[in-house]
Amino acid sequence: MSDEITLDIRDLRIDVAETGNDIVDEVTLRIPRGQVLGLVGESGSGKTTVGLAVLGHARKGVAIAGGSIDINGHSLLAREAKELRSMRGSLVTYVPQDPSSSLNPALRIGTQILEVLEHHGFGRNQRERHERVEEVMAEVALPGVPEFLRRYPHQLSGGQQQRVGLAMAFACRPAVIVLDEPTTGLDVSTQSHVLATVRDLCHQHGVAALYVTHDLAVVANLADRVAVMYAGRIVEQGPTKDIFERAQHPYTRHLTAAAPDINSDEPVVGLRGRAPAPGKRPGGCSFALRCELATPECSASFPTEREVGNAHQVRCHHAGQPQHLTAVAPPALLRREGDDVALRISAVNAGYSGLQVVHDVSFDVPRGQCVALVGESGSGKTTLTRSVGGLHREWTGEILLEGTALEQSARDRPTAQRLSIQYVFQNPYSSLHPRRTVGESVGRPLRVAGASAREADLAAAEMLERVSLTAAYAHRYPDQLSGGERQRVAIARALVCKPSVLVCDEVTSALDVLVQAAVVELLVGLQRDLGLSMLFVTHNLPLVRSLAQQVVVLADGKVVEAGPTEQVLTRPEQAYTQRLLADTPSIAAALAGG
Amino acid sequence: MTAIDTPSAAPVESRRPDGPFRVALRMWRTRIGIVLLLLLVSIALFGPYFAPYGEQEFVGQPNTRHVPGTLLGTDYFGQDVVSRALYGGRSILILAVTSTALALAFGIAIGLVAAYNRGRLDDVLMRTMDISLAFPQLLLALVALTTIGPEPWLIVAIVAITTTPRIARITRGAAVPVVERDFVGAAEALGESRPRILWSELLPNVSGPLLVEANLRLTYSVGLIASLGFLGFATRVNAADWGLMVNENRIALSVQPWGTVLPAIAIALLTVGTGLIADGLSRASAGIDRAKGDQ
Repeated sequence: MSDEITLDIRDLRIDVAETGNDIVDEVTLRIPRGQVLGLVGESGSGKTTVGLAVLGHARKGVAIAGGSIDINGHSLLAREAKELRSMRGSLVTYVPQDPSSSLNPALRIGTQILEVLEHHGFGRNQRERHERVEEVMAEVALPGVPEFLRRYPHQLSGGQQQRVGLAMAFACRPAVIVLDEPTTGLDVSTQSHVLATVRDLCHQHGVAALYVTHDLAVVANLADRVAVMYAGRIVEQGPTKDIFERAQHPYTRHLTAAAPDINSDEPVVGLRGRAPAPGKRPGGCSFALRCELATPECSASFPTEREVGNAHQVRCHHAGQPQHLTAVAPPALLRREGDDVALRISAVNAGYSGLQVVHDVSFDVPRGQCVALVGESGSGKTTLTRSVGGLHREWTGEILLEGTALEQSARDRPTAQRLSIQYVFQNPYSSLHPRRTVGESVGRPLRVAGASAREADLAAAEMLERVSLTAAYAHRYPDQLSGGERQRVAIARALVCKPSVLVCDEVTSALDVLVQAAVVELLVGLQRDLGLSMLFVTHNLPLVRSLAQQVVVLADGKVVEAGPTEQVLTRPEQAYTQRLLADTPSIAAALAGG
Repeated sequence: MTAIDTPSAAPVESRRPDGPFRVALRMWRTRIGIVLLLLLVSIALFGPYFAPYGEQEFVGQPNTRHVPGTLLGTDYFGQDVVSRALYGGRSILILAVTSTALALAFGIAIGLVAAYNRGRLDDVLMRTMDISLAFPQLLLALVALTTIGPEPWLIVAIVAITTTPRIARITRGAAVPVVERDFVGAAEALGESRPRILWSELLPNVSGPLLVEANLRLTYSVGLIASLGFLGFATRVNAADWGLMVNENRIALSVQPWGTVLPAIAIALLTVGTGLIADGLSRASAGIDRAKGDQ
């Protein structure tokens, strides 16, 4: 059965309609019946564009310019708009990224699933369709009982919502399903269950799945084959195991080196720069600009596809050549005198108007060390850190900075105290004032502290160099920067007044894996060079190893486990931590198991 | 690892993201609006210096189309229509601009405070605004003017008070999502004062919708003040006023249309001008036409 090709994409080219610049070109992918192909790449690589093209859809201003897409031997691109519409949702279906915004909040979930079946005329009568709803609910491991089907999307958890999304996609027994990062917003345990459901459904019902993601660990656990996309082209594709263990393309190797793994103590390696945008791609290999192996040959011509193994193809002139990827390891755990504590959190309770979300939390951040605060969403970690930063006022207990108790609100704290705790926000797209230059933003803390404009500018320029940007960035506006560059600016702003504690709230979660690795490298370097004490909040357990000396695991607002990183990640004592670790997708474990 | 230079590290000319005004300027509707507005504003401000006759100078028989020495004849009182029209814009324009400016100042302040503080203060402020919105604007003006008398300050006050709630609502609506953004939190963590946060963090990021609203409110204020003039609430006895002129001369519309038509055209062009600018700005800040930049 695996020889039967369900989805066959050949030489697909997708252009910006107005300029004719290619977004995606020379994409050839084949997915046999019942198999999952993971399409990985950083944002802007064109992976979602390919995913949508499989539905015969192109975003506004974008046109499918060439190549062919066949499903079960029938061409898709030649069809009329009406035919395409009736085909979407039945022959080929789509599971979008954010379930909370893709379900209609005004309709009961049963109605929404039924609607799909009715629209495509599935079954002979209403009774058969109702039966199918119940059946498909069972397939995605949700109760098919009327009480559950009568719920509205907001009455479900994120994982349940995504299961409903899956149920809608699988309802009409499609031949092809496109999943666009469907687990991005979910907790690790929810994610691992949803992934298991996807895998089982595809294998059982013989559905060819195109799984678009930037998360390599997910791909390693789920996909049969992996295709790596860079700047609109497939640079390498092959069986999952080969891609991870015998990657030939330098970019693929960078991707795997940048992905943190729970079972490996290798620190992550970042990659600077960004992929060239459509219309600005160089003549030769588009990765040449960032590649250590690049030679003049690379900028002269784009390498053609070469077979390097069993069904393993790569497009690189230097495929397989040894490559030097070294990472900055975090400074070792320092044993110091017990009193050298930068930040002490002692019996803190916090909540929102009566609802308590943080219960009696106590831990220390020793000077010069990084403490990772790990927890699933809703564990209260952000509330706690916002309390530390003085952005959240409803808390009791004691937070001591260098031995001095802090007031609840930042506004009531003395200026020196405010400046010595600095906060870096999760989303670099919302943390910079859009109408201020980078220099103004970075110099702002000093201006507030009373420095002259000149002093602030000088310090800002210096700090921009420190975070591996150049002083030339000072005159740019945030909308001219990439996500990674913005986050560097936000870090520079936090460091400009020489704080003693840096609070990082999920600072890498909005970033691609390569950018994330680069930001982590930056933070590790800063910690080493400046002796910075850090409170690093994350839900990304594997990342902790590359960065933190100590880990505090938070669940339902309580500390469940705390200790040195190595101990907590390899010999967890609490059942909760063990479960969290087991649910975290791991590349190494997936390859060993498979 | 080897540092690989960012391709984008090459000098990029730094430009501020185009504000709504600049984007709007690329549209013909805005350009036409600006030309109309400038024309009418200059007539209103400088017209009196070019008027062939005085504001209340008697030049011939009343309501006559062809009077020697006049361009468009005389009005109901035998005064030169063109001169009256050149004089009659100043008061209406000054009153409209002053009242709109006042309303903007109060409305923006209330809207930003409500958006930033949320909670009870927000409720109290915005419900007060909602209640005051329920009064019919013109009726309130008529009641106040008949009780106290047609004083210029009163007209300004009434128009400003009735316009404030609308501006406050727009401001609050635009500012609420901005308050949620992290750079506001960053400013709070630095301990910037509340007024500074309102002024330098929030205000620049709601300027788009506010520019639109300011123009729209100016348009309505001109209309309202002209209506008050038409209803006879001139601020000075026998003063020239576009709104009042329409009323004074409407009886003779068939014999001497210019007395009514000329001020009516002036009011129309003024409101159409500000309206076109408002439209251009709203398209610009909504992102429509951003790509095309024309039409």
